[in-house]
Amino acid sequence: MADLEKDLHTEHMVINMGPSHPVTHGTVKFLVTLDGENIVDMKVDIGYLHRGFEKMCENGTWQQVIPYTDRLNYVSPLINNVGYALAVEKLIGIEVPERCQYLRVIASELSRISDHLTNVAAGGLELGAFTAFLYFVEARELVWDLIEMLCGARVTVNYVRIGGLKNDLPQGFQDKTRAVFKEVRRLWSDVDKLLTKNRVFIDRVRDVGDISAEEAIAYGFTGPCLRACGVPYDVRKAQPYLVYDRMDFEIPIGETGDNFDKYLVRMEEIQQSMKIVEQALSRLPDGPINLDLPQYRMQPKEDIYHRIDSLIFHFKTVIDGIKPPPGEVYLAVEGTNGELGFYLVSDGSGKPYKCRVRPPCFALTAAMPRLMKGRLIADIVPTFDMINMIGGECDR
Amino acid sequence: MVADLIESIAKIVFVFSMNVGFFAPVLGWVERKQSALMQDRIGANRADILGFTAIGLFHSLADALKVLAKEDFIPAGANKFFHTVAPFICLVPAISTFAVVPFGGRYELFGHQVNLVIADLDVGILFVFALASLATYGVVLAGWSSRSNWSLLGGLRASAQMLSYEVAMGLTIIGVIMVFGSLRLTEIGALQENFFHWGIFLQPLGFVLFFTCAIAENKRVPFDIPEAESELVAGYFTEYSGLKFVMFWMAEFLEIVTISGIVTTLFFGAWHLPFVTDQMLLSWLQFAGANGAAFLAMLVNVATFFAKVIFFIWLQMSIRWTLPRFRYDQIMRLCWKMLLPLALVNILITGLVVLVL
Amino acid sequence: MDTNVTIKKLSHRFPGAIIATHSFRGDDTAVVNKESILEICTFLRDDQDLLYNMMMDLTAVDYLGREPRFEVVYHLYSLKHNRRVRIKAGVSEADATIDSIVAVWVGANWFEREAFDMYGITFKGHPEMRRILLYEGFEGHPLRKDYPIKKRQPLIGPVN
Repeated sequence: MADLEKDLHTEHMVINMGPSHPVTHGTVKFLVTLDGENIVDMKVDIGYLHRGFEKMCENGTWQQVIPYTDRLNYVSPLINNVGYALAVEKLIGIEVPERCQYLRVIASELSRISDHLTNVAAGGLELGAFTAFLYFVEARELVWDLIEMLCGARVTVNYVRIGGLKNDLPQGFQDKTRAVFKEVRRLWSDVDKLLTKNRVFIDRVRDVGDISAEEAIAYGFTGPCLRACGVPYDVRKAQPYLVYDRMDFEIPIGETGDNFDKYLVRMEEIQQSMKIVEQALSRLPDGPINLDLPQYRMQPKEDIYHRIDSLIFHFKTVIDGIKPPPGEVYLAVEGTNGELGFYLVSDGSGKPYKCRVRPPCFALTAAMPRLMKGRLIADIVPTFDMINMIGGECDR
Repeated sequence: MVADLIESIAKIVFVFSMNVGFFAPVLGWVERKQSALMQDRIGANRADILGFTAIGLFHSLADALKVLAKEDFIPAGANKFFHTVAPFICLVPAISTFAVVPFGGRYELFGHQVNLVIADLDVGILFVFALASLATYGVVLAGWSSRSNWSLLGGLRASAQMLSYEVAMGLTIIGVIMVFGSLRLTEIGALQENFFHWGIFLQPLGFVLFFTCAIAENKRVPFDIPEAESELVAGYFTEYSGLKFVMFWMAEFLEIVTISGIVTTLFFGAWHLPFVTDQMLLSWLQFAGANGAAFLAMLVNVATFFAKVIFFIWLQMSIRWTLPRFRYDQIMRLCWKMLLPLALVNILITGLVVLVL
Repeated sequence: MDTNVTIKKLSHRFPGAIIATHSFRGDDTAVVNKESILEICTFLRDDQDLLYNMMMDLTAVDYLGREPRFEVVYHLYSLKHNRRVRIKAGVSEADATIDSIVAVWVGANWFEREAFDMYGITFKGHPEMRRILLYEGFEGHPLRKDYPIKKRQPLIGPVN
């Protein structure tokens, strides 16, 4: 056999997987060196969705950044909104009213549900389980209906404001949530039956893309991918923000960090997030949703139209932007893929001096070559999907 | 002589129109509608003629028209000759395999013997295998001649997969041949007149193995790795467009029909109704006179056969919309380490049973 | 107080390298000398009381008109102690280089490439120091404060 191979002229095949390829979602390129079907080497090229997020932020006022954050992780825009608003509030040194905090928790968790639903659905789709994909897309549709009811938009939500929220909970939101969650749970169990014990699915995802906890930490893994390795790190528990410390929920963890564990962790987190939303809705306190600090949060429209001081504040904050004190803060929230950090530097003016986002899937995508070397080309599919690289967030 | 000629032409026209004119477009519709049903969707229902949508059936027509208007694209650097020939090599065997599949029994109409099979070959089942292997060339050539890495990978995967599964499938069939003692498909069909002599009762394991191999041979989910759209874009037909693309697509659908036909013939009593012998059927239909009875019996048998075929088509589609796809190495392992030994065991057991009885 | 232990240990261990410290809004920050960044990072990662095993974020800030002009900012997190720290190292425009910390945290690889891409700071010892988000052939470093917002880039074509 060895002699045979010596005379046989073979060479590695280099193929460009992406950016226009079904598995890469049009946002990334893998330069894969193949020996037959085995991956010898892999290079990852990102940046196809780079839009200069930071440069845009530096040239707009603090409030104008919020719509940009929608476009970071466009599958869970509300969490980005919340993270940015919290970071700016930390920079200013203010804390929003309790009702607002509860509403932000609800918004974040709805976003998390929709993200995990999308991710698991896409995972199924790319492995050929088209039915599971459509079940979860239907569930996501329902969650998006809720989000639409909450803030009037489905994807580019622009819901959170510095020092408050765009609007309070709409009427009938509780009932609608109950109805939607009932349906989501039904679809969840359908997909659970379709995938979790499906031998073909398990064969495809088990022991693929596995990584040890130490290595995952060194690579900067966070979120479901780190938890799948058995590290119970979740910003919501480690450094509770908003009112997560009052919520009763659990952090699911895996063992081996392979794609199956990532899948299971995400499936369980959907359930936990629904639990959090239900708790938050049942404990929702009355009160204002906005801070009464006109230099940071716009007053109600009636006041602006009828009171001169409100009008002046409105004018000043809109034209000049709000003015946090000079300084720098880093604030992390638990994004859907992991730690979503905002590092803000203020020079005391109305524009951010620096608005840096720590994108969780940036670190995850960087580990793709480590996860894929020596594997088969078909393994790229589930691994890349469970990494859940979101172009808008990774490339900014 | 003239009657034979008329009979042959009628049969060819019937099978061809049934397959190409009926099954291929309707299967496109069924695939859409069935997947929609399974996925809580409505499915295709927009194409209409004068506001009449015919529950989405016109989509097949619209597809055909669209395809005719498409550019026939041949990538730069591709081998033009093979690139053009490949889809034909795929499609022709798919159409011609049905020639040996009997879709009814023998009937005496107006003193003329009618045998409802286009070519009653004595090596019928071997002919099926021979043609199925030819389709491999079409796929491999398509993959190689496109001068695209994805196509090449798809073609290589397809050749490995189809060759492997042909071995397992061939060994599975041996059990059936041993039981029925014939390679002629009409004879195998005729032997299953008794409900308890259906292939499924005589060769239960053989059926499962054969059906699995047949789906793999046809490259459908969960065995669709040669065209795995998330890995290889579209596999061996990545670089095809227009009519040539449709040829691959039609070959796939026709293979579904053929597989269903062969499974019906080998394992599910061919054209026979369960618990109804030919004599019983004829005696029930005597009210129409001798020729009328034979004609009616023929209709009943043909309808029975195609009802069974449609059932197996439905089964294959359900599988396709339920399961994810395997990985390349898993498919090979499944074939060589599980199906092949099982097929050998099946032969052994069948041989022992045949010997003892 | 527990929160300050990092700063205290750092100042104790590297008295010469720590230029300034502060804890604005509770974020422990140490401004360090860029020459000793590798040592400091290794110490932060390996010291039993600190164990900053995660490099959460690495970026740079351009303080145009200040000397040193750039600051490379590291955000570290300790899983064991659930603690964060920010390390900043000044990098001047004339010598826009700093030691790479890929050897300490392998995850820093892409973050350093991004900082290079956006600010033009070269990380010495980095295995693959090239642009990451932008393309080869992009002129300038867009997040520098003196990069004009409306600057046009030359049209590039396929390499072949």
